[in-house]
Amino acid sequence: MDQQQRTEYWRRNLRLMAVLLVVWALVSFGAGIFFTEWLNQVSIFGVPLGFWFAQQGSIITFLALIAIYVWRMDRLDREYGADDYEEGVRHS
Amino acid sequence: MSEIQLWTLIFVALSFGLYIYIAYRSRVSDTAGFYVAGGGIPAPANGAAIAADWMSAASFISMAGLIALAYNGYSGSAYLMGWTGGYVLLAMLLAPYLRKFGKYTIPDFVGDRYNETARLIAVICAIVVSFTYVIGQMAGVGVVFSRFLEVDPTIGVIIGMAIVFFYAVLGGMKGITWTQVAQYSVLIVAYLIPAVAISTRLTGIPVPQIGFGQIMDELEGLQTDLGFGSYTSALTGTDQLNMFLLTASLMFGTAGLPHVIIRFYTAASVRAARYSALWALFFIALLYTTAPTVAAFAKYNILTDLRGTPTEELPSWFSTWANVGLITGPDGAPLRDLNGDGTYNFTGAASDVTNEVMINNDIVVLASPEIGGLPAPIVGLVAAGGLAAALSTASGLLLVISSAISNDVYHKRINPKAEEKQQLLVARITMAVAIVIAGYFGINPPGFAGEVVALAFGLGCASFFPTLVLGIFWKKCTAAGAAAGMAVGIGVTLFYMIWTIEIWGNNEGIFDIAATGFGAVGMVINLLVTIIVSQFTAKPSELVQELVEEIRYPGQTALVAAHAAGELKLDHDDPEEGDKGPGRHRPG
Repeated sequence: MDQQQRTEYWRRNLRLMAVLLVVWALVSFGAGIFFTEWLNQVSIFGVPLGFWFAQQGSIITFLALIAIYVWRMDRLDREYGADDYEEGVRHS
Repeated sequence: MSEIQLWTLIFVALSFGLYIYIAYRSRVSDTAGFYVAGGGIPAPANGAAIAADWMSAASFISMAGLIALAYNGYSGSAYLMGWTGGYVLLAMLLAPYLRKFGKYTIPDFVGDRYNETARLIAVICAIVVSFTYVIGQMAGVGVVFSRFLEVDPTIGVIIGMAIVFFYAVLGGMKGITWTQVAQYSVLIVAYLIPAVAISTRLTGIPVPQIGFGQIMDELEGLQTDLGFGSYTSALTGTDQLNMFLLTASLMFGTAGLPHVIIRFYTAASVRAARYSALWALFFIALLYTTAPTVAAFAKYNILTDLRGTPTEELPSWFSTWANVGLITGPDGAPLRDLNGDGTYNFTGAASDVTNEVMINNDIVVLASPEIGGLPAPIVGLVAAGGLAAALSTASGLLLVISSAISNDVYHKRINPKAEEKQQLLVARITMAVAIVIAGYFGINPPGFAGEVVALAFGLGCASFFPTLVLGIFWKKCTAAGAAAGMAVGIGVTLFYMIWTIEIWGNNEGIFDIAATGFGAVGMVINLLVTIIVSQFTAKPSELVQELVEEIRYPGQTALVAAHAAGELKLDHDDPEEGDKGPGRHRPG
């Protein structure tokens, strides 16, 4: 990687992180705490929505966020041809 | 010996035998094996080990009870969101970069990135945080033994110590890792089986996460009838602030606790470190999405069992736990029918004068098979799961203590020329000593244990998290800035906690912020101090800046490789040295 590619790689990495962390904050602090009462007006499968986000939805979202992160980072690494040195590693 | 005791004994003996066998098979003979299991653990196994490391006696035994019994069902969500949300931060902000940086411990990173003063502060933080936690785990081991096998808690702790001693001293991180994989399997099976069984019994749906919606309306009705607040409603006003701060403290604390962070050094590669975080949260989520359902089912069962039931017709689980003093009257005294209506009125709140029953948070998981009417082998399995949760966390923490002392104090400060064999011996001796000290405090727990656990999270949150994140993402973050930030962050947090603790007059604190949530405030203070001090102090050497830059990109470069191999001289305390040119220390 030359310097320009590196800058590009890092910027795309930061952008991905920023988007995912905004979702992280919206789901946990937003849906799980500050907007819980409002969301509770709706129920899914018998559970008030805000309460569901606080107890289950946030955890499921966190898992999805990390999954998206590792998937996108794998793709980014491949795009910049930088995944070869870890070929032999079992990762999943 | 009762049937429950017999099954408990069988499951405990079987699981302990398994741990010892695994430890014997994975014994180590070098420091890399002892500290980071050789750095070659595949991501799924590493994830399971992180999950076992992370889920302690508190997650396994106490959390569901905390959700069900303390305040209303919603309030406990802070633990659910806080203890899982931190993994998003770990996966994106710390894990890949720390793995790339290499080396063994958190103080290692702090020492190499900043300077020796910062390393020393980090060593102290790591040891304080870890000892705090490990004492709680050892006490938990004693409790499980005494309740289920009716042996003295002291003997329980000694048995636990002996087991940990065997696999931690012999196998170091490698032994601990593979043992934790087994411990995770035991604890998750032990947690899920009763939850699935109870969900099927109550709702006909074998997936508790879906089943618990079926009883929600009825539970809400029961709660309101009996004078509890609504189970699902959120808090309002200042309590929302504390809910936010507690959740934030637990999240950033999770991402700042050394026994979790150190686990990313054991991953096979940078990519494996990212996948480890994913696997870890997946394994943790299995238990953490089940816990609130266990809480709701238990609350439902307890309320229906107690409501209007004459005192002499109460179910057997009630008298079992009343006999060991975990179900009591409102003031901790034995149960009494205060208003003489022939029933025990359970209305939850201790402040409520009509309440006649107090149920200890810790019994919800341990007693849920009995409450749900499940057979004796499942009760025994739950006991083995509780022990697995406590022992796995204890061993991870003991390794942090041992490596901080043997690597960062002995090898880096006292005797840098120590040979591999000598270092390993010191590591094993410190491990043994740490186990004995932890065991002593497990048998004689300090009375302020509750506050100390909060302190551990506050410390992790207010000290390590900002220092590590800035160390990675801000090249110009200086050693003086980081050291000042850590010291002030911890100092202020510590002061606030001591200031608001009951024994010093129970001060209300500022804006009614609870001590448990203050870590988040300490973290912000740490950030501000680090940034401000960094503006006015000597910038890190060119070499350090270059190294920080290098760990951002994929692929192995000569500089990172040389650092990981310990061939790089970083010269922190002499900034002149670094400025003479980055090429000077470059390996050939």
